[in-house]
Amino acid sequence: MPETKVKTYTRADFTSDQAVRWCPGCGDYAILAQAQKIFPDLGVEKEKFVFISGIGCSSRFPYYMDTYGFHTIHGRAPGIASGVKLSNPDLSVWVVTGDGDGLSIGGNHMIHLLRRNLDINVMLFNNRIYGLTKGQYSPTSELGKVTRSTPMGSLDRPFNPLALALGSGATFVCRTIDIETKHMQAIITRSYSHKGTAFIEIYQNCNIFNDGAFAPMTDKESKADKVLWLENGQPMLFGAKQNKGIRLDGNKPIVVTIGKKWSVDDLLVHDEGDYVIASLLSNMTYQDDFPDPIGVLYAIDAPIYEDLMLAQINKAVKQKGTGSVQDLLDAGDTWIVE
Amino acid sequence: MSKTTQKVDEVVIRFAGDSGDGMQLTGGRFTETTAIVGNDLSTLPDFPAEIRAPAGSLAGVSAFQIKFSSKDIHTPGDAPDVLVAMNPAALKVHQQELAPGGTIICNANAFSPKNLKLAGYEANPLEDGSLDDYYTVYDVEMSNMVKRACVDMKLPPKTVDRTKNFFALGLLFWIYDRPMQSTKNWLKVKFAKRPELVEANARAMDAGYNYGDTTEIFTTRYTVDKASLPAGTYRNVVGNYALSLGLAAAAEKSGLGLYYGGYPITPASDILHTLSAWKHLGIKTFQAEDEIAGVTSAIGAAFAGNLGVTATSGPGIALKGEALGLAVMAELPVVVVNVQRGGPSTGLPTKTEQSDLLQALYGRNGEAPIPVITSATPGDCFFVAYEACRIAVKYMTPVILLTDGYLANGSEPWQVPKIDDLPPFDVTFADKSKIADGQFMPYLRDKDTMARPWAIPGTEGLEHRIGGLEKEDVTGNVSYDPDNHHHMVETRALKVEKIANEFEPTEIFGKKSGDLLLLSWGGTKGSCRSAAESLQDEKKKVSHVHLRWVNPLPNDLGEILIKFKNILIPEINYGQLIKIIRSEFLVDAKGLNLVRGKPISSADIQKTAKDLIG
Repeated sequence: MPETKVKTYTRADFTSDQAVRWCPGCGDYAILAQAQKIFPDLGVEKEKFVFISGIGCSSRFPYYMDTYGFHTIHGRAPGIASGVKLSNPDLSVWVVTGDGDGLSIGGNHMIHLLRRNLDINVMLFNNRIYGLTKGQYSPTSELGKVTRSTPMGSLDRPFNPLALALGSGATFVCRTIDIETKHMQAIITRSYSHKGTAFIEIYQNCNIFNDGAFAPMTDKESKADKVLWLENGQPMLFGAKQNKGIRLDGNKPIVVTIGKKWSVDDLLVHDEGDYVIASLLSNMTYQDDFPDPIGVLYAIDAPIYEDLMLAQINKAVKQKGTGSVQDLLDAGDTWIVE
Repeated sequence: MSKTTQKVDEVVIRFAGDSGDGMQLTGGRFTETTAIVGNDLSTLPDFPAEIRAPAGSLAGVSAFQIKFSSKDIHTPGDAPDVLVAMNPAALKVHQQELAPGGTIICNANAFSPKNLKLAGYEANPLEDGSLDDYYTVYDVEMSNMVKRACVDMKLPPKTVDRTKNFFALGLLFWIYDRPMQSTKNWLKVKFAKRPELVEANARAMDAGYNYGDTTEIFTTRYTVDKASLPAGTYRNVVGNYALSLGLAAAAEKSGLGLYYGGYPITPASDILHTLSAWKHLGIKTFQAEDEIAGVTSAIGAAFAGNLGVTATSGPGIALKGEALGLAVMAELPVVVVNVQRGGPSTGLPTKTEQSDLLQALYGRNGEAPIPVITSATPGDCFFVAYEACRIAVKYMTPVILLTDGYLANGSEPWQVPKIDDLPPFDVTFADKSKIADGQFMPYLRDKDTMARPWAIPGTEGLEHRIGGLEKEDVTGNVSYDPDNHHHMVETRALKVEKIANEFEPTEIFGKKSGDLLLLSWGGTKGSCRSAAESLQDEKKKVSHVHLRWVNPLPNDLGEILIKFKNILIPEINYGQLIKIIRSEFLVDAKGLNLVRGKPISSADIQKTAKDLIG
């Protein structure tokens, strides 16, 4: 294949002329800033990027990226995105969604997108609240959440997005945090290079309706103890003094302190290709005794839907030749009236 | 004993039996052969929603009606002349619709005490004489006969018994003087991997044919001359298949990729099946997780520059409603097929109805006008599918195509069209040359069609955002401006109305004025045309106008309507087009509304017409 030189872009090339209209202080600003910073460097012609969103605060995202974009209807971005990608697999398709859009009204589409493994990237902004409709609990809100629609506390147990993605058969599952700028850039780049559906959960602070939802993972004082930064092939170490770790006690993960009893060698080593480890990590979410894993939980190679679709088309062409509709019209039992 | 041959103009046969008796297949084979013989024909399959209702039960009866003729015909016929009843339940369900003096051919072996009880017969109607006063009854021991025909084949008894439909087919081939060769060829393909089934079914068919030829029971054969159809090459075609061909033709002619996203639903699934088998044409089919993903993926495909298509039935359209509004707002070319069935809710999945017209016109939130085109016959599905695609792209709008269960599964002889003869279908995607003052304007409209440019992802310099929020005209930016919203509501409506400017003048079958105008849309065309012909033969001043597009309506329709003293609108619904006609044209139209899950008969229309005009 001839080497194609992609134009060099700057952040300005990816910034649209539309005024950004999120609430001041919203975590979405940080995500947008990182996207506008890193997308110019992905080595793709700008016109090949397509951002598809549903409804919600996060879904305004495409308006602010100077790429192709489609702000669609509530929960349906995965369907639209699938149609775009299958029609033109050359495009780099990004779904931008939230916990309500992607996991509640659009939950069905999300799981099916993940199981099919189209080469689409999903950025799910999880703020554990409904922002655009002004503060109702979301499918990721913790049990007992007091909101305008649940004055006595919510009754439904929350979805764990990472566990849901794994259960749906996702081939790339990761998590990052809105204010962790460098990490987010790295995650976006990794997601782009993954062939298959990449599911990125982004912890995103809604400073109006759910301020501090992720404070333990973002506050300076607590975050070292509440975040487990994942690195493939590395032991699961965390803590301000890097003296805590995750270890398996039978089939159960436990937090241990490195010292007399345990050494680093006793810790579980992260393996992005191991479904059991990914599953175990995902389930540390909502567990007060554990840090929240941040990084790539799971990354495997699996056939991509659109490749399989094109392979079938090519096979059919090989078997039957590139047919014409006239052939089909003329086929079967015909007779001539004179 | 010598056999006589009698020439007749037309015959209506209904094959009826248990769901497991292969009646659709038998009817299909008789149809193919009748087509080859050169008769005009029309068919009406009628099968239960259950895949296998209990054997022998009334609920499990499946039927297939064919009318064939030496004349040009428009419907699958009202009352059958011949009823083939493979068991007591089939007789019970269909006997009452048989024409007086009609013929009943039964599989006598199936009239066992158990089957008679299941069908609710106290006594065997073949033996108690209850039928003899009204009908000519032939009780033929079909099961015994196929057993004897296959006696040396060492096949399981059940397998042998399953060939009895081919005995019936063979007998009917003899009675109506039809060749068996094409069915024998067909058997070889159908059971390519089971040569013993090819042999068994062929023997059964031969046995049926010879039974007619040699026994003294059947004394008369009937011949139906070739119909005088316009010269050309013909084939038999089923509605859903023709529709699929129309979509494929539109893609080929326009050079657009065809993307079909859909979810299985009766009676639309065959469109998905058919297109899925045409991968060699580059057609992409996607069985989505639900109806919503079916249509949204088609919208995504349209955004990306493909011909986006989805097909469903009424319940699916209900689910797609919000997405259709998005397609209206985003002004993208998507074709949405509704193969209508009985409703509301799950309704009558396998029965036909025309009750989704108002849903097609209005079933969305906000002012969301969508052009609505309808198919008149199984073969017409090809042309309307092509036209729906052409209009969708030309005007950058979603288009709804209404067919129905009767059209979808029914068939007719069809003059094979030439792709080269279809109307031109050119597509121009926007490119950099469309940029004025350095800024691409996604809602800058074509002066003639009011279509916005189709600027597809991957095109350098045309990056833009669209969405479901109200658009500012020209720029496409989000706008909450009151005057802009009013302007855009008006613009979207005007754009659809403009489509009528390219319609041919409306064809009036009959005189341009008179006592009565029959006005039809969709699958009732055939019954209305037959009724009009009969009434005109009786010197009644009756004409017929058929609407292909229901939105927009033809520009000349109002002038046509006022020339008639009465207007009658037969519909298989509780009165839908009539509401539109009365409100649009302030005329006192009358309705004939029979919602029985089957086509309205020509006889019903004639009777109502006579009640109106005397």
